[in-house]
Amino acid sequence: MGIKWDEFFVTGDPLILASQIAILLTSIGAVAALTYFKKWRWLWTDWLTTVDHKKIGILYILVGIVMFFRGGVDGLMMRAQTAVPENNFLDAQHYNEVFTTHGVIMILFVAMPLLIGVMNFIVPLQIGARDVAFPQLNALSFWLTFSGAMLFNISFVIGGSPDAGWTSYFPLAGKEFSPGIGNNFYAIALQIAGAGTLMSGINFVVTILKMRTKGMTLMKMPMFTWTSFITSIIITASFPIFTVALALMTFDRIFGTHFFTVSGGGMDMLWANLFWLWGHPEVYIVVLPAFGILSEVISTFARKTLYGYKSMVLSITIIAVLSMLVWVHHFFTMGNSSAANSFFSITTMMIAIPTGVKVFNWLFTMRKGRIKFTTAMLWALAFVPNFVIGGVTGVMLAMAAADYQYHNTLFLVAHFHYVLIPGVVFPLFAAFYYWWPKMFGYMLNERIGKWHFWLFTIGFNLTFMPMFFLGLDGAVRRAYTYSEQTGFGPLMLTSAIGAIILAAGFAVLLYNIYWSARYADRNISNDPWDARTLEWATASPVQHYNFASLPEVKTLDAFWHMKKNNEIKELNEDEIQEIHMPSNTWIPFYMGSVFLIAGFFLVFEWTIAAAIATIGIIAGLIFRSFDYDEGFHVHKDEIIETEQGWRKVGKGVKNHVS
Amino acid sequence: MDKTTKSFPISHVIGFFLSLALTFGAAFVALQAGLPANTVLWIIGSLAVIQAALQLYMFMHMNEGEDKAAQSINILYAVFIAVVIVAGSIWVMFSGHSH
Repeated sequence: MGIKWDEFFVTGDPLILASQIAILLTSIGAVAALTYFKKWRWLWTDWLTTVDHKKIGILYILVGIVMFFRGGVDGLMMRAQTAVPENNFLDAQHYNEVFTTHGVIMILFVAMPLLIGVMNFIVPLQIGARDVAFPQLNALSFWLTFSGAMLFNISFVIGGSPDAGWTSYFPLAGKEFSPGIGNNFYAIALQIAGAGTLMSGINFVVTILKMRTKGMTLMKMPMFTWTSFITSIIITASFPIFTVALALMTFDRIFGTHFFTVSGGGMDMLWANLFWLWGHPEVYIVVLPAFGILSEVISTFARKTLYGYKSMVLSITIIAVLSMLVWVHHFFTMGNSSAANSFFSITTMMIAIPTGVKVFNWLFTMRKGRIKFTTAMLWALAFVPNFVIGGVTGVMLAMAAADYQYHNTLFLVAHFHYVLIPGVVFPLFAAFYYWWPKMFGYMLNERIGKWHFWLFTIGFNLTFMPMFFLGLDGAVRRAYTYSEQTGFGPLMLTSAIGAIILAAGFAVLLYNIYWSARYADRNISNDPWDARTLEWATASPVQHYNFASLPEVKTLDAFWHMKKNNEIKELNEDEIQEIHMPSNTWIPFYMGSVFLIAGFFLVFEWTIAAAIATIGIIAGLIFRSFDYDEGFHVHKDEIIETEQGWRKVGKGVKNHVS
Repeated sequence: MDKTTKSFPISHVIGFFLSLALTFGAAFVALQAGLPANTVLWIIGSLAVIQAALQLYMFMHMNEGEDKAAQSINILYAVFIAVVIVAGSIWVMFSGHSH
């Protein structure tokens, strides 16, 4: 465990030197600002120690947006490098690092935190609960995810980034072919973040099964809650596979075992097998809650109840089962038996059936609806044609024989970006516009939002549509350059221009958040969209105890029917009772920090230091098991004051909805 | 948080020590016993199944649920996942030319 101090900081690249200086200045700036504005106490009590599911949700979303920026810069660098033939903007090694971190960050530190963030904020409100089943565990999930994200991100300035692709296939990712410590960051950062995700999955399964308000049977749950439930089950089933695979990878890399090595009796392709046993369900983990968001948005703005609710529930349940049975389609070319390839070809095509059912359900929901073209609805509308392109090319890739041609080309890259961007990012943007007033008490500006929408959608198509044709012409993925004779130049340049427009769209979103935070009207009602589900039945932004008295549900679209039947109760001060809520705690933040330190030591293979840091983890566990904090009670006076406050706000929203 | 269940968790302690014994037993069989590899695989595989069953009963409240239907669904789903992962991996890794 010799410490090589000369290799500690990454040196010799002007781009990375600039980043190191920027990180240093930003950190100093943040500390100075917190001290100057005397915000340390606020940071500690309101955010770092919180167990409130709404604040944890917002923290997740914040991490997701920051990571989106990081992953997006990686993407722009790749497009800049390949914009013209024989370009020298990045060298081969740097390009390898950039596409690796782009993939890992976009899936695990953008899509997952954003979706789990929205789930955290919305699911307890939709089922009429005051928090998740295990609030402290929820905070721990967040801080582990955060630690994993930070550990992964420091790799590019300290120690060197992983460079074996986001799938990190062996034998390349093993110690023989990647002797540096870069891939240790992959194994350990994802292990820490994955533990957090697994706990979130368990937490939401229990929350949705046990915490639903009176009258809300499973078949009366809003569709977003249903998809979050199924996603949580898939998380609980599939993340342990990744945990084991990463642990074996860590052993191979740090302790010299031979699980995946070529020599010593290892099986290199077993890594690919285990990775995709987790990795394919992971696709459905991110896409199902996004489908739930679309269902809520389409139903609200078509002003109709969701078409085919039962078939939707059946579809997502079938997807949950099938998602575990398709993983081999990621390595058809490994040399499986034809029986295995045929089997996984067929299961893959079968997934198109429930997915098709869902698309038709959304179309029929809109049929004869009086559609409001809000920004949130635009994202949902754009989803349908764009996602269908991704889905149909997926069926093309599912044919094992044809896959030998498409495999490892930009055709595949175009396909999965057409699935993941319209299928996850569009719905997440829809979720931002739709639920922003619930989270922050003001709406995102609709006019700026439409700029965001058009720039992003056009930029997206311009970036990725050319890749289908490039791939069919033989352009392989992950190649850092190409010669002029290939003829790829014009389409590659088109793609790079598209990427700039895409980035401009994202910049407009950030501007919209800034503009709306400063200037947007705060006088909005609790229900600005005339929506249908329970989260709109309480204040915007939501008071910390969610509901003064827990709502009682009689039908699907419960809040809509309460409004139609005049069942919304006035505030009755005599019926208000004290509310029992969980207390803040420092343990999750502490655990996240210790995991970060221990993980950092282990990445550098300083095993003794890592073992000492692990004592801190065990101490936290012991402290927690003797912690008998019973929570606290919210007093009646406070509840009455809060409830009178938000119920007085005037109805209607000014100058927002076109 | 429920203070009514503060009796000594004797079954957890027994389960914990039995788990330790089974784990170290497996390590001993694999590292020290000097048996043929095939025999070792069968023995440690059986010890793993025994330990899984033990933990389900001692730690996971298998015998405490009041809802039999939910219990059955859970077990069926777990068996499904286990079969897919284990049998599926063996089939995929050994059926073709890859190995």
